[in-house]
This record gives sequence, structure tokens and C-alpha cells, in this order.
Amino acid sequence: MKPTFARQWIVGIAALVSAVALTSGVQAAGEVKHPRPVNGSWEGPFGRFDKAQLQRGFQVYKEVCSACHSLNLVHYRNLGDEHAPFYDPKYPNPNENPVIKAIAANYTVKAVDPDGNEEERPGLPADKFVSPFENRAQAAAANGGAVPPDMSVLVKARHNGGDYIYSLLTGYNQEVPKGVSVPEGKYYNPYMPGGVIAMGPPLMDDQITYADTPANKGVKPTVDQMAHDVVAFLSWASEPHQTERKITGLGVMAFLLVLTGLLYLSYRQVWRNVEH
Amino acid sequence: MAVTNQEETGLAGEPTRRDMIYVATGAVVAGGVAMLAWPLIDQMNPSADTRALASTEFDVSKVPEGSQTKIMWRGKPVFVRHRTPAEIAQGTKDDTADLKDPQTNFQRTQQSNAQPGKPEYLIMEANCTHLGCIPVGISEPGYLGEYGGWFCPCHGSHYDTAGRIRKGPAPKNLHIPPYIYTGETVVKIG
Amino acid sequence: MSGPSTYVPKSGLEKWLDTRLPIVRFMNDTLVDFPTPKNLNYWYTFGGILAVCLASQIITGIILAMHYVPNVAFAFDSVERIMRDVNYGWLIRYLHSNGASMFFLAVYIHIFRGLYYGSYKAPREVLWGLGVIIFLLMIITAFMGYVLPWGQMSLWGATVITNIVGAVPFIGDPIKTWLLGGFAVDNTTLNRFFSLHYLLPFVIAGVVVLHIWALHVPGNNNPTGVEVQDVKKETLPFHPYYTVKDGFAICVFLLIFAGFVFFGPNTLGHPDNYIPANNQVTPSHIVPEWYLLPFYAILRAITFDILIIDAKFGGVLAMGGAILILFALPWLDSSKIKSMRYRPVARMWWFAFVLNFLMLGICGAMPAEPPWTLISLLCTIFYFAYFLVVLPVLGVIEKPQTPPASIADSILASKHGSAGLSSAAVPAE
Repeated sequence: MKPTFARQWIVGIAALVSAVALTSGVQAAGEVKHPRPVNGSWEGPFGRFDKAQLQRGFQVYKEVCSACHSLNLVHYRNLGDEHAPFYDPKYPNPNENPVIKAIAANYTVKAVDPDGNEEERPGLPADKFVSPFENRAQAAAANGGAVPPDMSVLVKARHNGGDYIYSLLTGYNQEVPKGVSVPEGKYYNPYMPGGVIAMGPPLMDDQITYADTPANKGVKPTVDQMAHDVVAFLSWASEPHQTERKITGLGVMAFLLVLTGLLYLSYRQVWRNVEH
Repeated sequence: MAVTNQEETGLAGEPTRRDMIYVATGAVVAGGVAMLAWPLIDQMNPSADTRALASTEFDVSKVPEGSQTKIMWRGKPVFVRHRTPAEIAQGTKDDTADLKDPQTNFQRTQQSNAQPGKPEYLIMEANCTHLGCIPVGISEPGYLGEYGGWFCPCHGSHYDTAGRIRKGPAPKNLHIPPYIYTGETVVKIG
Repeated sequence: MSGPSTYVPKSGLEKWLDTRLPIVRFMNDTLVDFPTPKNLNYWYTFGGILAVCLASQIITGIILAMHYVPNVAFAFDSVERIMRDVNYGWLIRYLHSNGASMFFLAVYIHIFRGLYYGSYKAPREVLWGLGVIIFLLMIITAFMGYVLPWGQMSLWGATVITNIVGAVPFIGDPIKTWLLGGFAVDNTTLNRFFSLHYLLPFVIAGVVVLHIWALHVPGNNNPTGVEVQDVKKETLPFHPYYTVKDGFAICVFLLIFAGFVFFGPNTLGHPDNYIPANNQVTPSHIVPEWYLLPFYAILRAITFDILIIDAKFGGVLAMGGAILILFALPWLDSSKIKSMRYRPVARMWWFAFVLNFLMLGICGAMPAEPPWTLISLLCTIFYFAYFLVVLPVLGVIEKPQTPPASIADSILASKHGSAGLSSAAVPAE
């Protein structure tokens, strides 16, 4: 065998790995408090969403977050897709799912009728989630100049997005450290870069009532529970196909492993009489 | 090496374990290519947002008697014609005529759940069954054809008051989309 | 090694075609009978891996272009529509975005392999130069591709990088305006970047054909750096020997690729690019994609004026020079011996160069403040010194080991261990 070269490479790669570890360590050690892990059931290659939790998360979004935060990239029909909060195998086409129709119909959508007049009609599954504000300027004006970010891909738009949102939502009411001054109308939150956030504490214990279903038995609407649930929902919303992606991935990896093995055997067979 | 002498001496023309490995590898590669091809092909099929708009609702009472309107369904126009009693009578009378694509006037206004529809409202896809042009109908300027229904100016197909092909190159009657009346006058197409 | 063609047309159709368009003969001589040295190791499989990467990027890219809208009002949402609504759109988009990273991972290994085994030396200078052109085109294509999703990093990365052009004295500003089609990165810029991002991969494919052509005239270099002397004893036909070996390596590579696509598709990306572009707010920390970080570090390393060259233009010159200097490499390295297997001192410098390059990558990801500015500068100096001082001088002063007389000798020696006559000169690989 020819070990030296390989060994040198292992040393090199080890150096690279430690350098990268150092890099991320340096990044984490900034002013911002490192987020607490949300430890969601959906994390990791084998992680899957808990449907009951997704439904609770949707309820938290609908009853709390949606007052200020839009979800512009998500349609009501998405709620009934496979692996989504309200998927029903009886309705592979979510547009026909009565639960989805009822959810959509709860919203009022602005539209133009065939005669060109503006009208308001009940939402349809094909509609996008209704935005709380007409435009950015209105959103800023209503929130003291800070535009509440759209939540469609929020989990992917932040480092460790799930952990970050979970920590932020549960990170209020902490003692303000020396050196941080919190302006009038703003709040202290150690997980926000800079420590000062325009959003007031959005969640309170028992703020909402979870549906009394067997899956929700014993689930209390505490701040921690609601934060956890809404992070599950937002993680799903940030990439509705992620469960499908992970399931497909397991199959692809198994296939490639088999093929790699077969190609290795073929390689050994082809080269069996060659000195090299 | 996993090669034994026994396999090395496999007789000519006789498949050895060696060949089996090559065949298996080739088969797995071919299978992989086929599986990879599907997403690359399927991406051109209608996407979820397009499929979500596959049905539309319309209030037919908005169409006055003796005129027609066009509404959009799946990116294509659909005729909604409010026929006069004379036109309906003409359509029924022609049930016995020599039709290229025989259908009765009753069938032309049937709902997709096989229930009878409303004979005064004729709902049809607005594309000529020949090559897809939009025929000229009532309430539009132009020649309505020899049968008082529609005339396709592209290649000269004549349709009667029930949208049936009577003359010209088109092979079929104007296509009826699936629809159901969900209210007194509200029809859901698709 | 493009000797006389060994192709014999079998069927009547092949004979008929061969006298009119000898395409089957060409494919046969290139991919089937091509004599390839017996002793190529796995570092030599990256050419085949790169071919797979290019094909994958072009196919997935053409598909994405069917759904993508190159307009500032729709670009971000159209990418998300691909992720959410297009059938398997998420798969195709992740294959494309992670494919770029995989492409660069493979090309860096390919380049460093060439540096180690002296694959740039005569008679392969043109082969090497074409490779550098491909690398340059890849950087430009990847940069433009990163602009297309129109996230915050897209907009601000494009703003920062196009300002590089503006640093050129006198003519820089008009050229920058011409390039952007306006005074800031905006819709016109996005639209033309999309057009060029679609075009350039086909230019790359064209240069790849030349690269392979230039490979097949002198034939492959090999780990000993000794040219093939006896084609019969020292080479094997490309098929099946190297098709199966490359195939195996490609499959291992695909396992890593698939790992990223299916289980960590955003690991290598930056979260800020999931925030729609906003030309009134700059992200606190702008970084390019990981594969451009070393060159970004060199750009930022020059923080002082050098004579009449101001710091800004100096950085631009350093970054451009870092790539252009590769063209001159065949004439900078003065060693008579190709492979660093037989150049123990040079080998240490090569390792230092690789680690230095990785360090530059880390510097590029760090904020431009002490100590990183100083480390960047030192690494940049070493980067250039490797080409301008180390390799020219080392070839003159080092005492290399004696390479084997031939590839056949080297194979014999490694087979029989210390018994071979040139064993001392054949360090384990």
C-alpha cells in the first residue's frame, strides 16, 4: 500500500475541519446570545413533523403572529398537501379538502369581479395567505418603523432559524444587562442581534385554547409549548417539501450505496490481472 | 480479490459470476437513469399552482338572453351562451339531422354528473375542434356561419345553435367542459 | 498519445459513416481505445467527476430557466415557486445550487492534483492554460448565478463585486455603468446576468472539448511524472479500465452530493439569501459563496496604497493576478522533475500552499478587522511567493530523488517493495 500520501491528506483535512470549527466558534461568540436548541421532532434526516403539532402551530400563527406577519409564499391549499398540517389521504387534491376550503373561506380576499369592480369575497384554497398589511410602508407605519418580516422562509433566512425563533419567542422578560439601553417602546431580548427588539412579547400562557382532540391531550398552551409549535409550523412553511425530500433522500442514498458497491466489484474484476 | 479460480475458468459463452456483476451494475445504472429522468420530465407538467386554478365558478344569470360571454377557465376561453327559445327549438329539431358527431340537444347541456342542465345555457370550450382557433359567435361582429351558431374564420368550420359541427374540416362538436350547477344560477366549471 | 487510430469499423453502416463523418472513430479513439497510463490513482478521477458536474449543471440549469423569471419583481418569488409548486422543482433547484459547490470542490482537487504531479509542465502547458480558462469562466458563471435568486446576498454581492470593475483608474466607472446597464445593480443587471449565466456554461463546454483535445495529444500525465515509453506495457485502453474506475469514483462523489442535496441543502448557502433583495439595507456581513472566499480574502488583503496604486485598485490587481499567475506557472517552475513524489522539499511547500489557500478561505469568511486583515495579507504574500519565488528557486537549489526510469519500473518497484532497484526513489504514495 501507499500510506504516506494518504496520511498527509488526513492531516490536511483534519486541519481544515478544526479550522472550520474554529470559524464557527468565533462567529458564535459575538454579542448575540447563542439560541437555545428547539430540538424539534422534524430535525435531522429521520425527523418528521408531528401533524397535531403542525395544526397547533398553525393555530398560533393564525391567532397571534398573523396580526403583523405575512406568509406571502404560502397558499391555503398548501395546508392540505402531503406531509402538511391538514393533509387528508381522502383528498389528494388539497383544493377539494373541505377542511382547507373552510380555512380559506374564513379569510376575506380582495378581488376584481368580471365587471371590473373591486369586491371582497371569501378565500379559496388557491389563494395566498392574506397579508395583514397592504404594503411595506403601511406595515412600517403600523409598527413604529420596523417592518415585521414575512414568515414564509423566515426559518431558512436566519442562522439556525428554528432555534433562533424559538429562543426569541421565549427570551423576553430577562434582566437587561448593563451597557444595553432599551429605548421607549422597544424590548430587551438577548437573542436579537443588539439585544433590542421592536416586537413586544407576543405570547402569554393560556393565550389561546388548543382544540380538545386526543392528540392534544395534556398539551397546555404555555409560552414554551406555543413557541415550539409555531416553530414547527414555520419550519414546515419554509420548505413544505422537506419531508418528501428526506424520504426521497434515504432511497437515493440506499440506491447509490448499492451502485457504489457494484461498481467497486466491477472495478476489481476489470483490473484483476493488471499490475498497477 | 473476490475472484476464485473457478470463476476465472468459466467456459466461453457461459455466463460467469464476473459477467453477472457487470450485468447487475449495468442494470442498476440503467434503473438509476430512468428514475432520475422522471423528475426532469415531470417538471414540465402543470405545477401545483396551475392545478389549483383548475376550476372556476360563474353566475350564468349575468348573460342576457340572446347573447354570449366568454370566461376564462384553465387559461382558455369558455363560451356561455344564453339561447333564445327559437335557438333551442332549432337545436332540438336538428337532433335528427345528418350529424358528423351525433349528439342530441339535451346531451349538449348535460351536467358532468349526468343530471340535466339548463337548456337555455350552453357552456362550451371556445376552441374550434379543428386546430384551436376561437369561432365567431353571437354578440360578436362577423359571419355566424350557415347554421346560426358559430363560424370559425381560420378554416371555415360551421357550428349550429347547439355547438355541433355541421360543415367544414373540424372533426368534433365544440367540447363541453365538466360543469355542475352549485346554486340556482352558479355553475362550477372543472 | 494520439497515435494512429485503432478503430476498425465493423458493420456496413459504420464503414459508410466512417468515410463521411468519422464520429464513431473519434469517440472510439477518445473514450474507448485511448491509451491511459496504468498507474493513475484516484486523484485522477476528478476529470470524469467534473464532466458529470458540468452536465448536471447544464441540464438542471436549462430546466430552472423554464420556470425562473429574470425580473426584480418576480425573481425571488419565482425561485420559491420552483421550490413549492413546480413538480420536483425543489430537487432540481437544490441539485443546481449544491451542484455549483460540488463543481468547485472537484475543480479545486483537480487543480491541486495538477500542481502536485506537475501536470502543467511541458508538453502540457496548453492543456493547463485551457484549464485555467475554464476555472475563470466557472467563477464568472457561478458569481452571476448567485445573483439570480435576488436575495440580499445576491444584490449586495453583485454590488460589491461589480465595484471591482469600477476600481480600474479612468475607465473603470464608465465600464461599470456599461456592465450594470445603470448606476446600481438593478433589473437590467439581473436580466443580462441571467442571459450570460445561461450562455457561459456552453462556452465552458466548448473549452472543455479543447481541454480534452489538448489532453489527448501528449496523453495523461501520471503520478510518477515520467512520460509513457512503452505504450503496450505501460498503458491500458480507457475503456473498460478507466471508465469503471471513474464510474466508481463518480458514484462515491454522488453519495456526498446527494448527502448535501437531500439532508443539508442549505448548509453551504447563506441564510441572508432567503431575505428578498432590499436596496436600502445592506446585510451586516457580506460574504461570497464558500468557493470564492480565498480570492475574496486576497481582494480585501490590500488595505494600503502601493505607490500610485490605491488600496482599492491594488486589491483588484491582487485578486486578478492570483488567477492570472496560474497561466504563467509552466514557465515559473524551474524543476526538471514533474512529480512532487520525487521532490521532498517541494512537496512540503505544496502542502503549505494548500493549507495557506484554506486559511485564505477562512480569512474571506471573517470580518475585515484585526487580526484577520494581517493574516489575509500574510497568506496573500505566501500565495504569490509560492509561484514567484518558491517554485522558480526550488527547481535550482533542491536535491530531488531520482524518479524511476519508466512507469513500468515504478510499478515493479512498488510491487516488490524495498527489493526494487529504485525503491529509495519511489516513496510511498
